[in-house]
Amino acid sequence: MTKINPALKQILTVNNLTKKFGSLTAVDKLSFSIEKGNVYGVLGPNGSGKSTTLGVVLNVVNKTSGNFFWFDGSTSTHNALKKVGAIIERPNFYPYMTAQQNLKLVCKIKEVSENKINEKLDLVGLLDRKDSAFRTYSLGMKQRLAIASALLNDPEILILDEPTNGLDPQGIHQIREIIKKIAHQGTTILLASHLLDEVEKVCSHVIILRKGKKLYSGRVDAMMKTHGFFELKTSQQNELLQVLKNNTSIGEVKTENGLTTAFLTEDLNADTFNKFLFENGIILSHLVKRKESLEEQFLDLTNKN
Amino acid sequence: MIRLLEIEYIKLWNNRASKALIISYFVLLSLIALISVIKLPIGEGVLLADMGIFNFPYIWHFNSWVAALFKLFLAIVIVSMMANEYSNKTIKQNLIDGLSKKEFILSKFITLVSFSLLSTLFVFIISLSLGFIFSNDTELSIVFRDLEYLLAFFIKLVGFFSFCLFLGIFVKRSAFALGFLILWLICEQVIYGIIGWQFSSWNTAQQIKNLLPLESMQNLIKEPSRRLDLVKAVGNQIGADISYDYAVHWYQLLIVLIWTAIFIYLSFLLLKRRDL
Repeated sequence: MTKINPALKQILTVNNLTKKFGSLTAVDKLSFSIEKGNVYGVLGPNGSGKSTTLGVVLNVVNKTSGNFFWFDGSTSTHNALKKVGAIIERPNFYPYMTAQQNLKLVCKIKEVSENKINEKLDLVGLLDRKDSAFRTYSLGMKQRLAIASALLNDPEILILDEPTNGLDPQGIHQIREIIKKIAHQGTTILLASHLLDEVEKVCSHVIILRKGKKLYSGRVDAMMKTHGFFELKTSQQNELLQVLKNNTSIGEVKTENGLTTAFLTEDLNADTFNKFLFENGIILSHLVKRKESLEEQFLDLTNKN
Repeated sequence: MIRLLEIEYIKLWNNRASKALIISYFVLLSLIALISVIKLPIGEGVLLADMGIFNFPYIWHFNSWVAALFKLFLAIVIVSMMANEYSNKTIKQNLIDGLSKKEFILSKFITLVSFSLLSTLFVFIISLSLGFIFSNDTELSIVFRDLEYLLAFFIKLVGFFSFCLFLGIFVKRSAFALGFLILWLICEQVIYGIIGWQFSSWNTAQQIKNLLPLESMQNLIKEPSRRLDLVKAVGNQIGADISYDYAVHWYQLLIVLIWTAIFIYLSFLLLKRRDL
């Protein structure tokens, strides 16, 4: 008997998914898969089809064509969703009911026992407000309640769509801490966001969308295909440019406000490079080796295509 | 099934407005009993209860007709329980949490059936008690005659509430949905008027009108007062013929049941087709 490697267990498979709103194609032949244990970021500018894609797999938006299935595809979507925790856009609860009553209702829908309510409320720091009506909550509290609700069934995957949208800095920080805590426990997470540093901080994999099309999907580090660049400052500007031109490891060179940026075409560490320049008679006053941030990569990628 | 009912129970019972309306509805139903103390200003004053309105089996007809007047209270509850799901966007969350669209409609439907069943039970108990107090005849064979009025009452409520549920889903806003209900009531009259005036005889127009949803529900239980001896006597004196067909007919029940099925199916179809 062959055992399926649990680390590679498929959670969600999407094939050629297309969604049209009239003449607008919101999602265009999108394919990707989500595997257990990874933290995925879905990146894309506003209107790139992130929320629509999530809406389709979460049973609230009808697909135009293509298909998707949860887990091994043997359960119906609504039953599979009982093993999923998801929050899309704003937190939606019954405003007149308390946090506890709202969570009880979710337990009934998901068919799980109610004994985890307090534990999850504690996790998001709302235990002392559990008997207040939902409408009295601040946006940050509402969002945290939504996370607690999504975790009630100890889901196989947690899906968060723009979880920090509209929150104040404290709120954003709290949500990020909670997400990190959950990711740490090994829960698979799918995080849709247009905030890149958010994704960079927590995700191991990314799926990049633009105008409903997939531009990239894979590991975050593999996306950083470049070897990075050096930022240099010296008083011998002209000599520096000459030396850089003759070095095969250096590609493009840019100078801006006295700061020279030299892009690498192959791996080169800062020590070796410094030594090389010194041997060529150039003394630096500033040397930093950097890699492009996800933001720069993303802008690069979305502009190119 | 029980799970779906529990889900709706949590949603409704924690809502103060719904709770107040549901309670007042059932209180009003029990207040039918108070009709018995109404005195008519004829001569010394005649107790309404002594005029035979609580006589078996007539009481089944009278009470189910009066009780049906209060259905608007529950109609508001049902329209808002549906429309609120849209305005709070909780319908979206319910689906994401793993309720299927079918289960969602089913949970609303069994709730309105429970309301109808409970109302019918209420009317049954109240009528039985009032009847035993005021009826001239309490022989069991007479007591349990004409119980089809209760069946008609039940079907009428289920049909009407299904229409409300459909409007709630269709319009998505409680106030507009109730407005639409009134608009539709007028529409049926207008349709009747136009057909009778332009296209066919008034008789045919009436038959077509009888097929329309609100009219068919209206027809299930006819206004009962013309059956009363007193009213008949007055009618005879002024020479008016007020005899009419007040029985509950199986085809009338069928029309309403068909409308119920149509409304529930359309609700499901709307929910299925719409993107949330």
